[in-house]
Amino acid sequence: MKVIVDEAKCCGAGQCVLTAPEVFDQREEDGVVVLLQPAPAEDLHAAVREAAAMCPGAAIRLDEDA
Amino acid sequence: MSADERVLTYPIPNDAALDPPAEWAELRARCPVAHVTLPSGDRATLLTRYKDVKQVLADPRFTRLLNAPDAARLTADGGGVFSGEMAAIIPDGGEEHQHWRRLVGRWFTAKRMNAMRPAMTRIAEDLVDDMVKRGAPGDLRASLGFPLPVYVICDMLGVPAADRDRFSYWSDTLLNLTRYGKAETEAAQGEFFQYMSDLVAAKRAEPGDDLLSELISAGGPEEGGLSELQILVTGMALLVAGHETTANMIGKMVAMLLADRSRWERLLADPSLIRTAVEESLRFDANAGFGLPRYLTAEIEVGGTILPRGTTVICSMAAANRDETVFANAAEMDLTRSPNTHLAFGSGAHSCLGQALARTELQVVLEVLLRRLPTLELAVPVEKLERVEGLAVGGLREVPVRW
Ligand code: HEM
Repeated sequence: MKVIVDEAKCCGAGQCVLTAPEVFDQREEDGVVVLLQPAPAEDLHAAVREAAAMCPGAAIRLDEDA
Repeated sequence: MSADERVLTYPIPNDAALDPPAEWAELRARCPVAHVTLPSGDRATLLTRYKDVKQVLADPRFTRLLNAPDAARLTADGGGVFSGEMAAIIPDGGEEHQHWRRLVGRWFTAKRMNAMRPAMTRIAEDLVDDMVKRGAPGDLRASLGFPLPVYVICDMLGVPAADRDRFSYWSDTLLNLTRYGKAETEAAQGEFFQYMSDLVAAKRAEPGDDLLSELISAGGPEEGGLSELQILVTGMALLVAGHETTANMIGKMVAMLLADRSRWERLLADPSLIRTAVEESLRFDANAGFGLPRYLTAEIEVGGTILPRGTTVICSMAAANRDETVFANAAEMDLTRSPNTHLAFGSGAHSCLGQALARTELQVVLEVLLRRLPTLELAVPVEKLERVEGLAVGGLREVPVRW
Protein backbone atom coordinates (compact mmCIF):
# COMPACT_ATOMS: atom_id res chain seq x y z
CA MET A 1 0.00 0.00 0.00
CA LYS A 2 1.20 3.49 -0.88
CA VAL A 3 -0.19 6.58 0.88
CA ILE A 4 -0.35 9.93 -0.91
CA VAL A 5 -1.36 13.13 0.89
CA ASP A 6 -2.41 16.39 -0.74
CA GLU A 7 -1.31 19.27 1.50
CA ALA A 8 -3.36 21.79 -0.47
CA LYS A 9 -6.58 19.94 0.35
CA CYS A 10 -5.72 19.30 4.02
CA CYS A 11 -8.02 21.23 6.36
CA GLY A 12 -6.17 20.32 9.55
CA ALA A 13 -9.01 18.45 11.23
CA GLY A 14 -6.59 15.96 12.74
CA GLN A 15 -8.78 12.93 12.14
CA CYS A 16 -5.95 10.99 10.49
CA VAL A 17 -3.67 11.54 13.50
CA LEU A 18 -6.35 10.31 15.85
CA THR A 19 -7.03 7.26 13.69
CA ALA A 20 -3.54 6.22 12.57
CA PRO A 21 -0.94 8.07 14.66
CA GLU A 22 1.86 5.79 13.43
CA VAL A 23 1.33 6.98 9.85
CA PHE A 24 0.13 10.59 10.10
CA ASP A 25 1.13 13.64 12.09
CA GLN A 26 0.37 17.36 11.89
CA ARG A 27 2.87 20.19 11.41
CA GLU A 28 3.35 22.30 14.52
CA GLU A 29 3.06 25.60 12.63
CA ASP A 30 -0.28 25.15 10.90
CA GLY A 31 -1.80 21.73 11.56
CA VAL A 32 -1.22 20.49 8.00
CA VAL A 33 -0.77 16.74 7.57
CA VAL A 34 2.69 15.15 7.73
CA LEU A 35 3.08 11.69 6.27
CA LEU A 36 5.29 9.62 8.57
CA GLN A 37 5.11 6.37 6.61
CA PRO A 38 4.38 6.46 2.88
CA ALA A 39 4.38 2.65 2.72
CA PRO A 40 2.92 1.45 6.03
CA ALA A 41 3.21 -2.15 7.16
CA GLU A 42 0.31 -4.56 6.70
CA ASP A 43 -0.94 -4.34 10.28
CA LEU A 44 -1.58 -0.59 9.83
CA HIS A 45 -3.58 -0.87 6.61
CA ALA A 46 -7.00 -1.02 8.26
CA ALA A 47 -6.32 2.13 10.31
CA VAL A 48 -4.96 3.93 7.24
CA ARG A 49 -8.05 3.02 5.19
CA GLU A 50 -10.22 4.36 7.99
CA ALA A 51 -8.18 7.58 8.13
CA ALA A 52 -8.57 8.05 4.38
CA ALA A 53 -12.32 7.46 4.58
CA MET A 54 -12.72 9.88 7.49
CA CYS A 55 -10.63 12.74 6.09
CA PRO A 56 -12.98 15.74 5.72
CA GLY A 57 -10.81 17.27 3.01
CA ALA A 58 -10.41 14.07 0.96
CA ALA A 59 -6.69 14.79 1.18
CA ILE A 60 -5.53 11.17 1.64
CA ARG A 61 -5.28 8.88 -1.38
CA LEU A 62 -4.32 5.22 -1.24
CA ASP A 63 -2.70 3.13 -3.92
CA GLU A 64 -3.64 -0.35 -2.77
CA ASP A 65 -1.61 -2.16 -5.46
CA ALA A 66 1.70 -0.52 -4.70
CA MET B 1 -49.14 16.61 -7.17
CA SER B 2 -45.89 14.68 -7.50
CA ALA B 3 -43.22 14.79 -4.84
CA ASP B 4 -41.04 17.02 -7.00
CA GLU B 5 -43.64 19.75 -7.27
CA ARG B 6 -44.49 19.83 -3.62
CA VAL B 7 -43.00 22.72 -1.67
CA LEU B 8 -42.02 21.84 1.88
CA THR B 9 -41.75 24.25 4.78
CA TYR B 10 -38.20 24.33 6.11
CA PRO B 11 -37.12 23.60 8.80
CA ILE B 12 -39.45 20.58 8.67
CA PRO B 13 -41.68 20.73 11.77
CA ASN B 14 -40.88 17.90 14.20
CA ASP B 15 -42.03 17.44 17.77
CA ALA B 16 -40.02 14.34 18.64
CA ALA B 17 -36.92 15.44 20.52
CA LEU B 18 -34.60 12.66 19.38
CA ASP B 19 -36.22 11.10 16.30
CA PRO B 20 -35.98 12.27 12.70
CA PRO B 21 -39.04 13.55 10.84
CA ALA B 22 -40.65 10.92 8.57
CA GLU B 23 -40.03 13.23 5.59
CA TRP B 24 -36.28 12.56 5.55
CA ALA B 25 -36.52 8.96 4.36
CA GLU B 26 -39.16 9.92 1.84
CA LEU B 27 -37.09 12.81 0.48
CA ARG B 28 -33.93 10.71 0.18
CA ALA B 29 -35.85 8.00 -1.65
CA ARG B 30 -38.06 10.05 -3.93
CA CYS B 31 -37.13 13.69 -3.90
CA PRO B 32 -33.45 14.12 -3.13
CA VAL B 33 -33.40 17.62 -4.64
CA ALA B 34 -36.43 19.27 -3.05
CA HIS B 35 -37.97 22.72 -3.17
CA VAL B 36 -38.45 24.31 0.24
CA THR B 37 -39.74 27.58 1.66
CA LEU B 38 -37.58 29.18 4.36
CA PRO B 39 -38.84 31.15 7.38
CA SER B 40 -38.25 34.34 5.33
CA GLY B 41 -40.67 33.11 2.66
CA ASP B 42 -37.79 32.75 0.16
CA ARG B 43 -37.31 29.52 -1.79
CA ALA B 44 -34.32 27.22 -1.54
CA THR B 45 -33.27 23.72 -2.59
CA LEU B 46 -32.93 21.03 0.08
CA LEU B 47 -30.48 18.12 -0.25
CA THR B 48 -30.88 15.03 1.95
CA ARG B 49 -28.78 12.28 0.34
CA TYR B 50 -25.28 11.67 1.67
CA LYS B 51 -23.61 11.81 -1.72
CA ASP B 52 -25.30 15.05 -2.75
CA VAL B 53 -24.75 16.84 0.57
CA LYS B 54 -21.09 15.87 0.55
CA GLN B 55 -20.64 16.92 -3.07
CA VAL B 56 -21.92 20.45 -2.43
CA LEU B 57 -20.14 20.92 0.91
CA ALA B 58 -16.83 19.70 -0.45
CA ASP B 59 -16.97 21.99 -3.49
CA PRO B 60 -14.61 24.85 -2.61
CA ARG B 61 -16.39 27.24 -4.99
CA PHE B 62 -19.45 27.50 -2.76
CA THR B 63 -19.59 29.14 0.67
CA ARG B 64 -22.06 29.94 3.37
CA LEU B 65 -21.92 33.71 2.97
CA LEU B 66 -25.36 34.49 1.68
CA ASN B 67 -24.85 38.13 0.84
CA ALA B 68 -25.40 37.86 -2.91
CA PRO B 69 -28.37 40.04 -3.89
CA ASP B 70 -30.38 37.06 -5.16
CA ALA B 71 -29.44 34.65 -2.36
CA ALA B 72 -32.33 33.37 -0.26
CA ARG B 73 -32.68 35.04 3.10
CA LEU B 74 -33.00 32.54 5.91
CA THR B 75 -35.20 34.59 8.21
CA ALA B 76 -37.35 37.64 7.61
CA ASP B 77 -34.97 40.00 9.40
CA GLY B 78 -32.00 38.54 7.53
CA GLY B 79 -30.10 38.13 10.81
CA GLY B 80 -28.60 35.12 12.47
CA VAL B 81 -25.08 33.84 12.72
CA PHE B 82 -24.71 33.17 9.01
CA SER B 83 -24.93 36.70 7.67
CA GLY B 84 -23.60 39.04 10.33
CA GLU B 85 -21.07 41.76 9.65
CA MET B 86 -18.60 39.91 11.81
CA ALA B 87 -18.70 36.90 9.54
CA ALA B 88 -17.34 39.05 6.70
CA ILE B 89 -14.12 39.97 8.53
CA ILE B 90 -12.81 36.41 8.44
CA PRO B 91 -11.97 35.43 4.84
CA ASP B 92 -14.70 33.24 3.43
CA GLY B 93 -12.97 31.38 0.63
CA GLY B 94 -9.92 30.76 -1.48
CA GLU B 95 -6.33 31.21 -0.44
CA GLU B 96 -7.05 33.90 2.15
CA HIS B 97 -9.43 31.59 3.95
CA GLN B 98 -6.89 28.78 3.88
CA HIS B 99 -4.25 31.15 5.22
CA TRP B 100 -6.53 32.15 8.12
CA ARG B 101 -7.36 28.52 8.86
CA ARG B 102 -3.73 27.54 9.02
CA LEU B 103 -2.82 30.38 11.35
CA VAL B 104 -5.59 29.40 13.73
CA GLY B 105 -5.44 25.66 13.00
CA ARG B 106 -2.19 25.12 14.86
CA TRP B 107 -4.21 25.48 18.05
CA PHE B 108 -6.62 22.76 17.12
CA THR B 109 -4.35 19.86 16.22
CA ALA B 110 -4.97 16.38 17.58
CA LYS B 111 -1.79 16.64 19.66
CA ARG B 112 -2.78 19.92 21.28
CA MET B 113 -6.15 18.48 22.15
CA ASN B 114 -4.55 15.48 23.80
CA ALA B 115 -2.35 17.85 25.78
CA MET B 116 -5.45 19.77 26.91
CA ARG B 117 -7.31 16.63 27.94
CA PRO B 118 -6.22 16.57 31.62
CA ALA B 119 -7.29 20.21 32.12
CA MET B 120 -10.64 19.52 30.42
CA THR B 121 -11.14 16.47 32.62
CA ARG B 122 -10.63 18.59 35.73
CA ILE B 123 -13.14 21.19 34.49
CA ALA B 124 -15.70 18.45 33.79
CA GLU B 125 -15.12 16.81 37.19
CA ASP B 126 -15.59 20.12 39.02
CA LEU B 127 -18.83 20.81 37.15
CA VAL B 128 -20.14 17.30 37.90
CA ASP B 129 -19.21 17.73 41.59
CA ASP B 130 -21.18 21.00 41.69
CA MET B 131 -24.18 19.32 40.10
CA VAL B 132 -24.04 16.48 42.63
CA LYS B 133 -23.79 18.98 45.50
CA ARG B 134 -26.98 20.68 44.33
CA GLY B 135 -28.69 17.29 44.45
CA ALA B 136 -30.74 15.17 42.06
CA PRO B 137 -32.52 15.73 39.80
CA GLY B 138 -30.20 18.08 37.96
CA ASP B 139 -30.21 19.60 34.48
CA LEU B 140 -27.21 18.21 32.66
CA ARG B 141 -27.42 20.88 29.99
CA ALA B 142 -27.17 23.79 32.40
CA SER B 143 -24.78 22.09 34.83
CA LEU B 144 -22.26 20.63 32.42
CA GLY B 145 -23.06 21.01 28.71
CA PHE B 146 -23.41 24.76 28.71
CA PRO B 147 -20.44 25.85 30.90
CA LEU B 148 -17.80 23.31 29.81
CA PRO B 149 -17.11 24.56 26.24
CA VAL B 150 -16.96 28.19 27.45
CA TYR B 151 -14.47 27.36 30.19
CA VAL B 152 -12.31 25.43 27.73
CA ILE B 153 -12.29 28.13 25.05
CA CYS B 154 -11.59 30.77 27.72
CA ASP B 155 -8.50 28.79 28.72
CA MET B 156 -7.38 28.62 25.09
CA LEU B 157 -7.87 32.35 24.58
CA GLY B 158 -6.15 33.19 27.85
CA VAL B 159 -9.26 34.64 29.52
CA PRO B 160 -9.02 34.67 33.33
CA ALA B 161 -11.34 32.17 35.05
CA ALA B 162 -13.12 34.99 36.88
CA ASP B 163 -14.51 36.28 33.55
CA ARG B 164 -15.86 32.97 32.26
CA ASP B 165 -19.44 33.57 33.27
CA ARG B 166 -19.54 36.89 31.44
CA PHE B 167 -18.40 34.99 28.35
CA SER B 168 -21.27 32.53 28.74
CA TYR B 169 -23.71 35.39 28.86
CA TRP B 170 -22.26 37.16 25.81
CA SER B 171 -22.23 33.98 23.80
CA ASP B 172 -25.83 33.29 24.72
CA THR B 173 -27.00 36.76 23.73
CA LEU B 174 -25.18 36.56 20.39
CA LEU B 175 -26.92 33.34 19.47
CA ASN B 176 -30.22 33.52 21.21
CA LEU B 177 -32.00 36.27 19.37
CA THR B 178 -35.41 35.30 20.67
CA ARG B 179 -34.66 35.11 24.40
CA TYR B 180 -33.12 38.59 24.67
CA GLY B 181 -34.48 41.84 23.30
CA LYS B 182 -32.67 43.78 20.61
CA ALA B 183 -31.37 46.41 23.01
CA GLU B 184 -29.98 43.82 25.40
CA THR B 185 -28.35 41.87 22.55
CA GLU B 186 -26.69 44.99 21.18
CA ALA B 187 -25.46 46.10 24.59
CA ALA B 188 -23.99 42.65 25.22
CA GLN B 189 -22.28 42.57 21.82
CA GLY B 190 -20.78 45.99 22.52
CA GLU B 191 -19.44 44.85 25.89
CA PHE B 192 -18.04 41.65 24.40
CA PHE B 193 -16.30 43.56 21.63
CA GLN B 194 -14.81 46.01 24.14
CA TYR B 195 -13.66 43.17 26.39
CA MET B 196 -11.94 41.43 23.49
CA SER B 197 -10.26 44.67 22.33
CA ASP B 198 -8.87 45.17 25.82
CA LEU B 199 -7.81 41.53 26.03
CA VAL B 200 -5.94 41.69 22.71
CA ALA B 201 -4.23 44.92 23.83
CA ALA B 202 -3.24 43.28 27.13
CA LYS B 203 -1.82 40.23 25.30
CA ARG B 204 0.11 42.49 22.97
CA ALA B 205 1.70 44.22 25.97
CA GLU B 206 2.28 41.02 27.87
CA PRO B 207 2.05 37.86 25.75
CA GLY B 208 1.01 34.59 27.40
CA ASP B 209 0.86 30.99 26.28
CA ASP B 210 -2.48 31.27 24.52
CA LEU B 211 -4.07 31.47 21.10
CA LEU B 212 -4.49 35.26 21.00
CA SER B 213 -0.88 35.91 22.01
CA GLU B 214 0.30 33.58 19.33
CA LEU B 215 -1.87 35.14 16.62
CA ILE B 216 -0.44 38.52 17.65
CA SER B 217 3.13 37.23 17.51
CA ALA B 218 2.64 36.15 13.87
CA GLY B 219 2.67 39.89 13.05
CA GLY B 220 0.28 42.02 10.97
CA PRO B 221 -1.00 41.22 7.47
CA GLU B 222 2.31 42.44 5.92
CA GLU B 223 4.20 39.80 7.90
CA GLY B 224 1.77 37.04 7.03
CA GLY B 225 -0.36 37.41 10.16
CA LEU B 226 -3.81 38.84 10.81
CA SER B 227 -4.99 42.42 11.34
CA GLU B 228 -5.94 43.61 14.84
CA LEU B 229 -9.63 43.44 13.93
CA GLN B 230 -9.28 39.95 12.46
CA ILE B 231 -7.59 38.68 15.63
CA LEU B 232 -10.32 40.12 17.78
CA VAL B 233 -13.12 38.76 15.61
CA THR B 234 -11.40 35.36 15.41
CA GLY B 235 -11.46 35.22 19.21
CA MET B 236 -15.15 36.10 19.28
CA ALA B 237 -15.95 33.69 16.44
CA LEU B 238 -14.25 30.77 18.18
CA LEU B 239 -16.38 31.28 21.27
CA VAL B 240 -19.57 31.57 19.26
CA ALA B 241 -18.81 28.72 16.83
CA GLY B 242 -17.81 26.34 19.58
CA HIS B 243 -20.20 27.15 22.40
CA GLU B 244 -23.80 26.49 21.46
CA THR B 245 -22.85 23.63 19.12
CA THR B 246 -20.84 21.69 21.70
CA ALA B 247 -23.10 22.61 24.65
CA ASN B 248 -26.14 21.22 22.86
CA MET B 249 -24.29 18.19 21.59
CA ILE B 250 -23.27 17.24 25.13
CA GLY B 251 -26.91 17.33 26.20
CA LYS B 252 -28.15 15.42 23.15
CA MET B 253 -25.41 12.80 23.37
CA VAL B 254 -26.17 12.01 27.00
CA ALA B 255 -29.93 12.02 26.31
CA MET B 256 -29.53 9.59 23.39
CA LEU B 257 -27.34 7.27 25.44
CA LEU B 258 -29.77 7.29 28.38
CA ALA B 259 -32.93 7.11 26.26
CA ASP B 260 -32.17 3.41 25.84
CA ARG B 261 -30.27 2.62 28.99
CA SER B 262 -28.73 -0.55 27.51
CA ARG B 263 -26.48 1.87 25.59
CA TRP B 264 -25.23 3.42 28.82
CA GLU B 265 -24.70 -0.02 30.35
CA ARG B 266 -22.74 -1.13 27.32
CA LEU B 267 -20.39 1.83 27.81
CA LEU B 268 -20.07 1.13 31.54
CA ALA B 269 -19.05 -2.42 30.68
CA ASP B 270 -16.64 -1.32 27.98
CA PRO B 271 -15.40 2.30 28.21
CA SER B 272 -13.08 1.68 25.25
CA LEU B 273 -16.20 2.33 23.14
CA ILE B 274 -16.26 6.01 24.18
CA ARG B 275 -14.58 7.20 20.98
CA THR B 276 -16.90 5.38 18.59
CA ALA B 277 -19.92 6.19 20.78
CA VAL B 278 -19.16 9.91 20.43
CA GLU B 279 -18.95 9.60 16.64
CA GLU B 280 -22.18 7.63 16.52
CA SER B 281 -23.91 10.26 18.67
CA LEU B 282 -22.82 12.92 16.18
CA ARG B 283 -24.13 10.82 13.29
CA PHE B 284 -27.36 9.83 14.99
CA ASP B 285 -28.32 13.34 16.12
CA ALA B 286 -31.65 13.98 14.41
CA ASN B 287 -32.00 17.38 16.06
CA ALA B 288 -28.95 19.01 14.54
CA GLY B 289 -30.51 22.30 13.56
CA PHE B 290 -30.78 24.04 10.25
CA GLY B 291 -28.05 22.36 8.20
CA LEU B 292 -25.65 24.35 6.06
CA PRO B 293 -26.71 26.87 3.44
CA ARG B 294 -24.63 27.32 0.29
CA TYR B 295 -25.03 29.88 -2.48
CA LEU B 296 -24.21 28.47 -5.92
CA THR B 297 -21.95 30.80 -7.87
CA ALA B 298 -21.96 28.40 -10.81
CA GLU B 299 -24.33 25.86 -12.30
CA ILE B 300 -23.84 22.28 -11.06
CA GLU B 301 -25.45 18.90 -11.45
CA VAL B 302 -26.52 17.24 -8.20
CA GLY B 303 -28.23 13.87 -8.06
CA GLY B 304 -29.09 14.11 -11.76
CA THR B 305 -30.69 17.56 -11.46
CA ILE B 306 -29.16 20.72 -12.89
CA LEU B 307 -29.09 23.49 -10.31
CA PRO B 308 -28.67 26.91 -11.90
CA ARG B 309 -26.21 29.51 -10.73
CA GLY B 310 -27.83 31.69 -8.06
CA THR B 311 -29.56 28.77 -6.30
CA THR B 312 -29.46 28.72 -2.50
CA VAL B 313 -28.95 25.14 -1.37
CA ILE B 314 -29.61 23.81 2.14
CA CYS B 315 -27.51 20.76 2.98
CA SER B 316 -29.11 18.62 5.67
CA MET B 317 -26.17 16.74 7.17
CA ALA B 318 -28.46 15.11 9.72
CA ALA B 319 -30.66 13.63 6.96
CA ALA B 320 -27.54 12.57 5.04
CA ASN B 321 -26.22 10.88 8.18
CA ARG B 322 -29.25 8.56 8.13
CA ASP B 323 -28.69 7.53 4.48
CA GLU B 324 -29.10 3.75 4.31
CA THR B 325 -26.96 3.51 1.17
CA VAL B 326 -23.94 4.68 3.18
CA PHE B 327 -24.63 3.55 6.77
CA ALA B 328 -25.77 -0.04 7.32
CA ASN B 329 -28.79 -0.06 9.67
CA ALA B 330 -28.73 3.72 9.63
CA ALA B 331 -31.75 3.93 11.94
CA GLU B 332 -29.91 1.99 14.66
CA MET B 333 -27.55 3.65 17.11
CA ASP B 334 -24.51 1.36 16.91
CA LEU B 335 -21.89 2.36 19.48
CA THR B 336 -19.22 0.32 17.70
CA ARG B 337 -19.75 1.76 14.19
CA SER B 338 -16.37 2.28 12.49
CA PRO B 339 -15.40 3.91 10.22
CA ASN B 340 -18.12 6.47 10.79
CA THR B 341 -17.92 8.98 7.97
CA HIS B 342 -20.75 11.21 9.22
CA LEU B 343 -21.08 14.80 8.06
CA ALA B 344 -21.91 16.45 11.41
CA PHE B 345 -18.84 18.68 11.06
CA GLY B 346 -19.44 19.43 7.39
CA SER B 347 -16.91 18.48 4.73
CA GLY B 348 -14.12 20.03 2.72
CA ALA B 349 -12.22 23.28 3.13
CA HIS B 350 -14.77 24.76 5.55
CA SER B 351 -15.36 21.68 7.65
CA CYS B 352 -15.35 22.41 11.35
CA LEU B 353 -12.03 23.84 12.46
CA GLY B 354 -12.80 22.94 16.06
CA GLN B 355 -13.72 19.30 15.44
CA ALA B 356 -10.74 17.83 17.29
CA LEU B 357 -11.65 20.06 20.24
CA ALA B 358 -15.35 19.19 20.07
CA ARG B 359 -14.55 15.47 19.89
CA THR B 360 -12.20 15.69 22.84
CA GLU B 361 -14.76 17.61 24.92
CA LEU B 362 -17.46 15.05 24.16
CA GLN B 363 -15.14 12.15 24.97
CA VAL B 364 -14.05 13.76 28.23
CA VAL B 365 -17.65 14.44 29.30
CA LEU B 366 -18.62 10.84 28.64
CA GLU B 367 -15.57 9.43 30.38
CA VAL B 368 -16.13 11.58 33.48
CA LEU B 369 -19.88 10.85 33.67
CA LEU B 370 -19.39 7.09 33.30
CA ARG B 371 -16.75 7.12 36.00
CA ARG B 372 -18.37 9.52 38.47
CA LEU B 373 -22.08 8.85 37.95
CA PRO B 374 -22.48 5.28 36.67
CA THR B 375 -26.08 5.21 37.92
CA LEU B 376 -27.03 8.21 35.76
CA GLU B 377 -30.50 8.07 34.19
CA LEU B 378 -33.06 10.39 32.65
CA ALA B 379 -35.34 11.91 35.28
CA VAL B 380 -38.22 12.29 32.79
CA PRO B 381 -39.63 9.98 30.11
CA VAL B 382 -37.99 10.53 26.69
CA GLU B 383 -41.28 11.93 25.34
CA LYS B 384 -41.02 14.80 27.81
CA LEU B 385 -37.70 16.07 26.38
CA GLU B 386 -38.26 19.31 24.51
CA ARG B 387 -36.39 20.82 21.58
CA VAL B 388 -34.85 24.27 21.79
CA GLU B 389 -36.60 26.63 19.46
CA GLY B 390 -33.89 28.35 17.52
CA LEU B 391 -32.68 28.54 14.00
CA ALA B 392 -29.08 27.56 13.66
CA VAL B 393 -28.24 24.92 16.25
CA GLY B 394 -30.53 22.16 17.47
CA GLY B 395 -30.66 21.12 21.09
CA LEU B 396 -32.75 20.13 24.08
CA ARG B 397 -34.11 22.76 26.44
CA GLU B 398 -33.22 20.70 29.48
CA VAL B 399 -31.74 17.27 30.09
CA PRO B 400 -33.15 16.32 33.53
CA VAL B 401 -31.10 13.54 35.10
CA ARG B 402 -30.75 11.72 38.43
CA TRP B 403 -28.09 9.34 39.73
C1 HEM C 1 -20.25 19.28 18.38
C2 HEM C 1 -19.80 20.49 18.18
C3 HEM C 1 -19.66 21.16 16.85
C4 HEM C 1 -20.34 20.96 15.68
C5 HEM C 1 -21.48 19.97 15.40
C6 HEM C 1 -19.77 21.88 14.69
C7 HEM C 1 -20.19 21.95 13.38
C8 HEM C 1 -19.59 22.74 12.42
C9 HEM C 1 -19.93 22.71 11.02
C10 HEM C 1 -21.00 21.84 10.38
C11 HEM C 1 -19.14 23.62 10.39
C12 HEM C 1 -19.07 23.90 8.88
C13 HEM C 1 -19.64 25.23 8.49
C14 HEM C 1 -19.67 25.38 6.97
O1 HEM C 1 -19.19 24.53 6.23
O2 HEM C 1 -20.22 26.37 6.51
C15 HEM C 1 -18.29 24.23 11.40
C16 HEM C 1 -17.35 25.21 11.15
C17 HEM C 1 -16.57 25.79 12.11
N1 HEM C 1 -16.48 25.40 13.44
FE1 HEM C 1 -17.55 23.95 14.36
N2 HEM C 1 -18.77 22.60 15.28
C18 HEM C 1 -18.65 22.20 16.58
C19 HEM C 1 -17.74 22.66 17.53
C20 HEM C 1 -16.80 23.64 17.28
C21 HEM C 1 -15.80 24.10 18.25
C22 HEM C 1 -15.63 23.55 19.66
C23 HEM C 1 -15.10 25.10 17.64
C24 HEM C 1 -13.97 25.96 18.14
C25 HEM C 1 -13.82 26.42 19.30
C26 HEM C 1 -15.63 25.26 16.29
C27 HEM C 1 -15.17 26.17 15.38
C28 HEM C 1 -15.55 26.22 14.06
C29 HEM C 1 -15.03 27.19 13.09
C30 HEM C 1 -14.01 28.28 13.37
C31 HEM C 1 -15.67 26.92 11.87
C32 HEM C 1 -15.47 27.64 10.54
C33 HEM C 1 -14.44 26.93 9.72
C34 HEM C 1 -14.20 27.55 8.37
O3 HEM C 1 -15.06 28.27 7.85
O4 HEM C 1 -13.12 27.29 7.81
N3 HEM C 1 -16.65 24.35 16.11
N4 HEM C 1 -18.57 23.66 12.62
